Amino acid sequence: MSISKKQKKQRREEFIGTVYSIIIYSILYIPVFVMMVFSFNNQRYNYYWNGFTTMWYSKLFSNSALTESLWYSVVIAVLATVISVTIGTIGAVGLKKYEFRGKKFINEMLYIPIIVPEIVMAVALLVIFIKIGLALGMGSILIGHCTFCIPYAVVTIKGRISGDDYSLEEASMDLGANRIQTFINVTLPSIMPGVMSAAFLSFTLSIDDVVMSNMLAGAKNSTLPVLILSMNKSGITPDVNALTTIMILIIVTAMILNNLIKNVLKKRKKMEEAI
Amino acid sequence: MKKNSFKRNTLPALAMAGPVSLWMILFVTLPMLYIIFISFMSRGVFGDVVYEFSWESYKTLLDSTYFKVIVKSIKVAFITTILCILIGYPFAYYIAKKPKEAASKLIMLIMIPFWTNSLMRLNSWLLLFQTSGPVNNFLQNVGFIDAPVSFVYTDGLVMLGMITNMLPFAVLPMYSSIEKLSKSLLEASADLGASRGTTFFNITLPLTFPGIFSSIILVFIPSLGIYTVTDMLGGGKVLYIGNIIKNQFGAIRNWPLGAALSVLLIVITGLLIFIYTRFAKIEDMEVV
Repeated sequence: MSISKKQKKQRREEFIGTVYSIIIYSILYIPVFVMMVFSFNNQRYNYYWNGFTTMWYSKLFSNSALTESLWYSVVIAVLATVISVTIGTIGAVGLKKYEFRGKKFINEMLYIPIIVPEIVMAVALLVIFIKIGLALGMGSILIGHCTFCIPYAVVTIKGRISGDDYSLEEASMDLGANRIQTFINVTLPSIMPGVMSAAFLSFTLSIDDVVMSNMLAGAKNSTLPVLILSMNKSGITPDVNALTTIMILIIVTAMILNNLIKNVLKKRKKMEEAI
Repeated sequence: MKKNSFKRNTLPALAMAGPVSLWMILFVTLPMLYIIFISFMSRGVFGDVVYEFSWESYKTLLDSTYFKVIVKSIKVAFITTILCILIGYPFAYYIAKKPKEAASKLIMLIMIPFWTNSLMRLNSWLLLFQTSGPVNNFLQNVGFIDAPVSFVYTDGLVMLGMITNMLPFAVLPMYSSIEKLSKSLLEASADLGASRGTTFFNITLPLTFPGIFSSIILVFIPSLGIYTVTDMLGGGKVLYIGNIIKNQFGAIRNWPLGAALSVLLIVITGLLIFIYTRFAKIEDMEVV
């Protein structure tokens, strides 16, 4: 009797929890769906729904301002990812493995770009760039993006380096491999999942960044988010919706593929271990 | 002995930790010090920085116009944080109680919308709530309202944008601390006759507090400096600290004042981190 009562109560709680999380998920997904729906809107500006069209997808690449800023964004995101992941990977291993003076200080510095509001980092970099006479443009935006991507990369990868066990590295070096060979053949494979997540995180942070890019962009070119921000006053046209819809589909596909590959690798490793 | 020589080797340490250290010093430490320095300088007639010591910028912050913006920003960031925690905690709890496999999928589901361009997500709220938008149409068709309501460029819409933008940063740290909570403690408490409310307030809540505090930091501090939400949904009518800083380094050109506002944000951040490190290690903060 009392057990069934308890079960009933549990089931009711489970039900409430499910309903609650469905509501939260809807609130998170509504903007994404609205964005996608309005990419099919048959109107020059998105004031109201005016019928279905796929026109914007075909006209997408004739809007040169849009395609140029997309290209600009992608180039910066790829470069920022490569630089941040390279510096982040060797940095994470170095900071974990070696003791040196000032290490605590560097570890603390790494948290500043993550925690301090981005606008503060952006204006601080801006004044330094102007002071040293660095021209604003792709280079300054790239440095800005790397400055917040590197800390995320280091933190992500450091979490993947397990403990203080360097026996594999030592074994490799005892067998005659030099440090660089050991790093590439022993250390790197073991932290690869962390490196992959760091790369994914860096790319998504960079391509979506507004604040840093807006502050450090020169007068001429700008990234896609900066262009969207400037379009806001006159109204964002449906072709931007079409473009960002394509982008999210690509990102989600890449993520699913990445997970599939991870699972296959895991299974293969398990099989190897079983043998 | 061997391990010692392996560990204490300056050249490889320099090669590996060197680049990241150099980057942090050049592009984090120096710019931060320089912005603090500029906040104590004065503004020239043409908007340039005159290298003369002055408290002027900090005094200006106490002027009623700026002071009001500061108070309002702190208020909005505070409300955003409270709401994100209140909405996010039960949600995080629900996910954490699911089996591990299902939980990681549910967490993934939270992340996916955030790979969509953040400005376009904000713009969607504008599309939904604009005068001739779906929400107004629906309310009119149902007969709830006679004429379209102007939701656009209101504090309410800005708040909606803030909460939907910040919620994941609240949910993730709380999720990982609830997930780490040992089940046996909760069972022991129940076996000893504690009611579920008592167990929650005496065990669950205190043990997950570091997670809650991580969430507070990860929501409150960015909310304080954000200007994209107010630009997109406030239509430039609603100004927060972030907008003011941006303007001082843009059109208005008063760098010392913008720097002083930045220093204010740095100080608030530092204060919160200091409190956080009183009862948890900064390395344990779940940031990704």
